[in-house]
Amino acid sequence: MTFEIVVGIETHAQLSTASKIFSGASTSFGAPPNTQACAVDIALPGVLPVLNRGAVERAVRFGLAVGGTINRRSVFARKNYFYPDLPKGYQISQYEIPVVEGGGVTIATDTGDKRVRLTRAHLEEDAGKSLHEGLPSDLRDVSGIDLNRAGTPLLEIVSEPDMRSTAEAVAYAKALHALVTWIGICGGDMQEGNFRCDANVSVRRPGEQLGTRCEIKNLNSFRFLAQAIEYEARRQIEIIEDGGRVVQETRLYDAERNETRSMRTKEDAQDYRYFPDPDLPPLSIDEAWIERIRAAMPELPEAMRARLVAQHGISGYDAMQLTSSRDLVDYYEAVCEALPAKDAASHKLVANFVLGEFSAVRNRADISVRAAPVDARALALLLRRVADRTISGKIAKDVFEAMWAGEGSPDAIIEHRGLRQIVDSDAIETLVTRVVDANPVAVEQYRAGKEKAFNALVGEVMKASKGKANPAQVSAILRHRLSR
Amino acid sequence: MRTIAELSAALRSREVSSVELAQDALSRAHASQSALNAFVTLDDEGALAQAHGADARLARGDATPLTGIPIAHKDVLMTQGLRTTCASRMLEHFVAPYDARVVARLREMSTVLIGKTNMDEFAMGSSSETSYFGPVRNPWSTQCVPGGSSGGSAVAVAASVVPATTGTDTGGSIRQPAALSGVCGIKPTYGVCSRYGLVAFASSLDTPGAFARSAHDCALMLTAMAGHDARDSTSLDRPIEDYSRILTTQADAKPLAGLRIGLPREYFAEGVEREVVGAVETAIDAMRALGATTIDVSLPMVRHAVPAYYVIAPAEASSNLSRFDGVRYGHRAEHYRDLIDMYCRTRAEGFGAEVKRRILVGTYVLSHGYYDAYYLQAQKVRRLIAQDFVRAFETCDVIAGPTAPTCAFEIGAKTDDPVQMYLNDIFTIAANLTGMPAMSIPCGFTKKGLPIGLHLQGNYLDEARVLNVAHRYQQVTDWHLRAPSPQPSPGMRGEEAERKRGG
Repeated sequence: MTFEIVVGIETHAQLSTASKIFSGASTSFGAPPNTQACAVDIALPGVLPVLNRGAVERAVRFGLAVGGTINRRSVFARKNYFYPDLPKGYQISQYEIPVVEGGGVTIATDTGDKRVRLTRAHLEEDAGKSLHEGLPSDLRDVSGIDLNRAGTPLLEIVSEPDMRSTAEAVAYAKALHALVTWIGICGGDMQEGNFRCDANVSVRRPGEQLGTRCEIKNLNSFRFLAQAIEYEARRQIEIIEDGGRVVQETRLYDAERNETRSMRTKEDAQDYRYFPDPDLPPLSIDEAWIERIRAAMPELPEAMRARLVAQHGISGYDAMQLTSSRDLVDYYEAVCEALPAKDAASHKLVANFVLGEFSAVRNRADISVRAAPVDARALALLLRRVADRTISGKIAKDVFEAMWAGEGSPDAIIEHRGLRQIVDSDAIETLVTRVVDANPVAVEQYRAGKEKAFNALVGEVMKASKGKANPAQVSAILRHRLSR
Repeated sequence: MRTIAELSAALRSREVSSVELAQDALSRAHASQSALNAFVTLDDEGALAQAHGADARLARGDATPLTGIPIAHKDVLMTQGLRTTCASRMLEHFVAPYDARVVARLREMSTVLIGKTNMDEFAMGSSSETSYFGPVRNPWSTQCVPGGSSGGSAVAVAASVVPATTGTDTGGSIRQPAALSGVCGIKPTYGVCSRYGLVAFASSLDTPGAFARSAHDCALMLTAMAGHDARDSTSLDRPIEDYSRILTTQADAKPLAGLRIGLPREYFAEGVEREVVGAVETAIDAMRALGATTIDVSLPMVRHAVPAYYVIAPAEASSNLSRFDGVRYGHRAEHYRDLIDMYCRTRAEGFGAEVKRRILVGTYVLSHGYYDAYYLQAQKVRRLIAQDFVRAFETCDVIAGPTAPTCAFEIGAKTDDPVQMYLNDIFTIAANLTGMPAMSIPCGFTKKGLPIGLHLQGNYLDEARVLNVAHRYQQVTDWHLRAPSPQPSPGMRGEEAERKRGG
């Protein structure tokens, strides 16, 4: 019997403020241990937290971007537990009243767009780090504490259990990642822990109520997220098929062994003794501030997708792909801007090239859009030559790779390599004659009704032209010749 | 002992120097230690350096009303470079790298800090007996407690060591020791004085304030200490007020004319010592003679103040004291098996019995399944009590009554009965739950010669009025000027404490 996977995701997005959420210490990554922890971060006696307005502003931006409710009044609470890298013995978070409630994120699935609902998003501080290895050799059998990260602002974004497959879960995580970087509230560097996901996974037979879930921690890449959900779903299905019951627990994903391991069960879950933090008055956000933030919001991916489909005439799928990253779609728009023609055909040409060749080369080289050696203006020059039929789309890929390798402008490369497309009918006629004469068998087959043979003949003509003949012309002239 | 106002005049006229005042204060402090144990730390060297600085400032002619005045801080307020122990083994050797905001403000005025005063451990107590450094003794009778938790600060003023000290008041910790030790103590409105650098006991209740000989001196101290602080999110952002200004205006024979004093019948009920009630009523008569009228008010919810307080305060304390875990600073157990064992031993050794009791109570009332019944319920009671007071202040300007139901009790008398100890704060706790200002001033003595305190409470931010009522009363009475005769050493206990204090 088949099982359905049900996934909900909790994400910790590190907010891109220069200083910490409750202190003035820097949030920059990679400083020597404990050099970015002030009196508040190390929780000296007598110190007090002061809320960073920038963190709130980013949370509001997020709430507006996902269409959630911005609570005009929200409350910071203390989550109490002992751990050496938690200096105060409690984490300041939001519990009963978070800053954002509701909203959703749209993902593309095999069966079309799907809206994943969000439960809430709340502000909280990060803890420090415990270091159990890599310490100086004179420090044996001890653990180190680095409090640089303590107090870093986080937005914890909690989704509803709306994902029904690993692919949907990954699509959600990617869409959320694209959104938080798009609106500039999170750097998004997953290696540095800017964007961390925990997945709540359960399985059920279709139509049954939700199964018992397990929370999987420590998923710091989309690949690990996918692998962990796959593994965990399989584990749970095996338990159920063997007649067992899934136990609610928190599990840790081990990327090296590609498995999840039990961390703690519900029974030994801690009592965090949440209560409103008396050091921080309730956070109140007034209408005017929200409106100022709204006015400064960039166009959001969804709105941009709708605009690109309606005004550029590109497909919904291409629009979704382009808006997976702000840099990518900005690049696409810059290329369109630099092209003289503003019709659907040109936009489609640009979209195809940006999503195809440009992304392929860039991914192979592992270079970001911003760092790509071919800028939007240069690409526009190349695509102009495709549009005016100086070169074919196929040849354009070769020219692009030459541009990427720094061989110069597209026109110079086309001239230098003699790649100009053959559009002279007489020249093509000559090539066609040569190919028809040389391939009597194929000609016979075509005349006997085999369309495949025609394509083979076109291929031969293209080959004879070293790829430079205009394919449409070749096709027309060949068909005309064979119909005689 | 002269008041701040008198000493300040003497300093300006060069009749005396700040160095001389500091030397006098230090020698009195050292002399009183074995009998009273009012100090945890005395800083002779630092005090004299500050006094030289103050004399220079006086000579330059840019002195403030507090320049050159010797003071002492309760040992729960962070003082840069001078250890801050909270009277706990946990912080026995802790030296802060920064000043509390109120400490910094008084430093900016060039006051002279002679040392840190003894107190109940982490400000938890009503008798100053729970200190790791031994109990503080009452200068009016060394067999008795001075009240608490700011007992050392009250005694330092009562025994004429310094004219003023700081304290903190979470449930009466300034006012009750002021009453039991025969000095003035003011707790301003919550948010008037920054809590930055005050080691938190119960954050929503903790309030820095001051002890002094007179209401006028309290006003001078409060003026220096008050003010908005961006580092305390609960600090009130409002213009700085000169609390002493109103006191110096000329007044006629009826300076309290028009003043309506509210008398809550709940404050004169059973359980209050007869001598205490008598002295308070006599004080109110004196105020009537100055033109005030009295009106009966009712505060029905106040009877729930003590239980509500003993839910809220321990709840916050249990969380606030979590940072004392032996990881980064303070006491850490010498031997332990693992992390949990390190936590357990460190905290078992570092905290005294009363602190542990409150951490346990606080942890319990915040626990899953109990939170609604205790913590949430207590917060509702807190709001209802505040409503009682707001309603009462619609018909009166100040509320008067006894500060504590009894005068000073003997050391050890209540240490085995926490509830009896807690009930000593029955009249003071409400002002912390509401956040309203209140002060205690001396208003008489028992037959045995122990001081009695009059409690004056005001509406939010009405500390100037409260101070004015106290001041006008003190213009026609002299209870606040009486001082105990110097006490002989009671023997071993004080010396023991002196030895423990050692380095």
